[in-house]
Amino acid sequence: MSGECPCVALAGNPNVGKSTLFNALTGLRQHTGNWAGKTVATARGQYHWRGMDYQMVDLPGTYSLAAHSQEEAVARDFIESGQADAVVVVCDATCLERSLILALQVLELTGQVVVCVNLMDEADRLGLHVDLDVLTKRLGVPVVGVSAGRQEGLDELRQAVAGLVGTDAKPTPAIDPVQRVGLAERYAAQVVRGETADRLRRQRQLDRLLTAKSTGIPLMILLLGAIVWLTVAGANVPSALLTAGFAKLGEVLEGWLSSAPVWLSSLLLDGVYQVTAWVVAVMLPPMAIFFPLFTLMEDLGYLPRVAFVLDHAFQKARTCGKQALTMCMSLGCNACGVTGCRIIDSPRERLIAILTSSLVPCNGKFPTLIALITLFFVGGRSGLAASLEGAALLLGVLVLGVAGTLACSRLLSATVLKGMPSSFALELPPFRKPRVGQVLIRSVLDRTLFVLGRAAAVAVPAGAVIWLMANVTVGGTSLLGWCTGFLDPFARLFGMDGVILMAFILGWPANEIVLPVMLMAYLATGSLVEFDDLTALGQLLTQHGWTWLTAACTMLFSLFHWPCSTTCWTIYKEAGGIKWVLLSIAIPTALGLGLCFCLTTAARLVGLA
Amino acid sequence: MYEILCLSALREGESAYVKEVSTNPSMARRLTDLGLVRGTRVTCMLRSPAGDPCAYLIRGALIALRQSDAQGITLERQMQAVPAGVVAT
Repeated sequence: MSGECPCVALAGNPNVGKSTLFNALTGLRQHTGNWAGKTVATARGQYHWRGMDYQMVDLPGTYSLAAHSQEEAVARDFIESGQADAVVVVCDATCLERSLILALQVLELTGQVVVCVNLMDEADRLGLHVDLDVLTKRLGVPVVGVSAGRQEGLDELRQAVAGLVGTDAKPTPAIDPVQRVGLAERYAAQVVRGETADRLRRQRQLDRLLTAKSTGIPLMILLLGAIVWLTVAGANVPSALLTAGFAKLGEVLEGWLSSAPVWLSSLLLDGVYQVTAWVVAVMLPPMAIFFPLFTLMEDLGYLPRVAFVLDHAFQKARTCGKQALTMCMSLGCNACGVTGCRIIDSPRERLIAILTSSLVPCNGKFPTLIALITLFFVGGRSGLAASLEGAALLLGVLVLGVAGTLACSRLLSATVLKGMPSSFALELPPFRKPRVGQVLIRSVLDRTLFVLGRAAAVAVPAGAVIWLMANVTVGGTSLLGWCTGFLDPFARLFGMDGVILMAFILGWPANEIVLPVMLMAYLATGSLVEFDDLTALGQLLTQHGWTWLTAACTMLFSLFHWPCSTTCWTIYKEAGGIKWVLLSIAIPTALGLGLCFCLTTAARLVGLA
Repeated sequence: MYEILCLSALREGESAYVKEVSTNPSMARRLTDLGLVRGTRVTCMLRSPAGDPCAYLIRGALIALRQSDAQGITLERQMQAVPAGVVAT
């Protein structure tokens, strides 16, 4: 129908390995996660088979095509539009009965269908046998068995798709949804053989452990704590090495630039180079540790269990339990969390999730938080005890972020977005062994380097701007001096100073550059210090009047302040309106300033600072 | 002899068959998509720390539902081991 390049659509329930199949067929590296709603937008790719190019569209995973939700509407519209020459319905061999419900529904929309029974290897392990021939006869369309994870059956699938192109099979007559369920049940009974009584015993044991009253929440905190600890403890050494390396490289560059005008070499070295080097040295190690660990949890299928355990709290906040999932995504990147909110069906609950998405710290804030915790609360010590203490504090910050999310959600539910929680059903997919090697490569290459690249791209102009502001003087005072001087009295109310607030403002394009910009500003107004390790950084900050209170308020404000520019733009697109963007800026900022003010006032009253 | 109960009353490890779904229409549709209709066997598998939500085994998949939704689903199951001498009414 689309001329030379046939179009193939992939449809199927969530968690049936659709994205894995898509990647296996097209060779793309779209990230897959083991939970419903990972593919929130349609992904496109291509593959070549027997002299022909095929365009492949990965539709969002849905349980139905009845268009009750955004994702269902997207999938249904695409299938109905006739753009696809073939629709591959991906079914789960271990849960065929349920998968067939959707397959039958697709067959009512189009006859150009290949039914792909995926996860055949997993079914095999569980002792299930799926009779594909019988299923072919019952459904009247080609049925192919595939194990996408092992790249088995892909050629048969491509061949079956090729066989459909150019034909014009008619859809089956539409039937009542309840009848359809009965039909799926009958077919599955005829096709699946094997003992299913306690085939999932080990899965259930693990599930019980992770969700039970006595162990569910402690284990969740322990797991998160372990990830945070590995990040804190592991990031120190490479950070120090990178900093030292960049210092050496800086000396070399200084040699090269010795013949250039002083202002130019200063702009490039003290401005652009130093900020960029800081961003990379401070940011890269925590990200390179946190991202892969988090991705492993995601691949394992742990995130839906987190949502299950936390749902009661979200219920109390009168929002959707799936918000726990989008909140977890926000830990990686707030903008991703905002996009992920599409998995929430109710518009009210979706808006609440979007508006509160920046209340958990994204990866870009971690380095700042870790550095400040290490310097001011663990006293710059190193060793196991110090790293455990640091991890506990960072975990505390994360928990505070979650508490802020719940509190603000409840507040929104009672005011701007009034309402009661809507019904929801959340699937807890089977645990799957994460593919460690792939996770490492994917998360480092695709996520870490992508985010790092963006941060570095922002750091370069930010470094130049801050250098210019520090060196262009008006009336005997630098521009930077004017700005920070103007902000200073206001900032002091909240336990910070003008430079800190200025750094947060300049750090709007990316949270990663907040701390480096702060350092640049202090360096520009103070003595130049060689940075080899964190101790030097601590000295610089203390020289500029930092106390534990300054650090605490900076951390609080880092946790709760306006979302970065990318997140704001994403909110504008997802929530549809400048009003919501402004609200999403106002909520965390007010919360952060409020907490800082309370803490500062209390500390000053008690005489602690 | 059958016992009638609602899904939220099903204890961990117990199973029963769906007799009637009287949740709000959009939830009923979603449950149908998941294969939960009249006559479907449901087993309560997991209880979250707060006791709400619970996770149920529905056609081979584990689905978490909130108690407020589970209350709208009526189940029936065969009475177990009725002691001799007790006459059903």
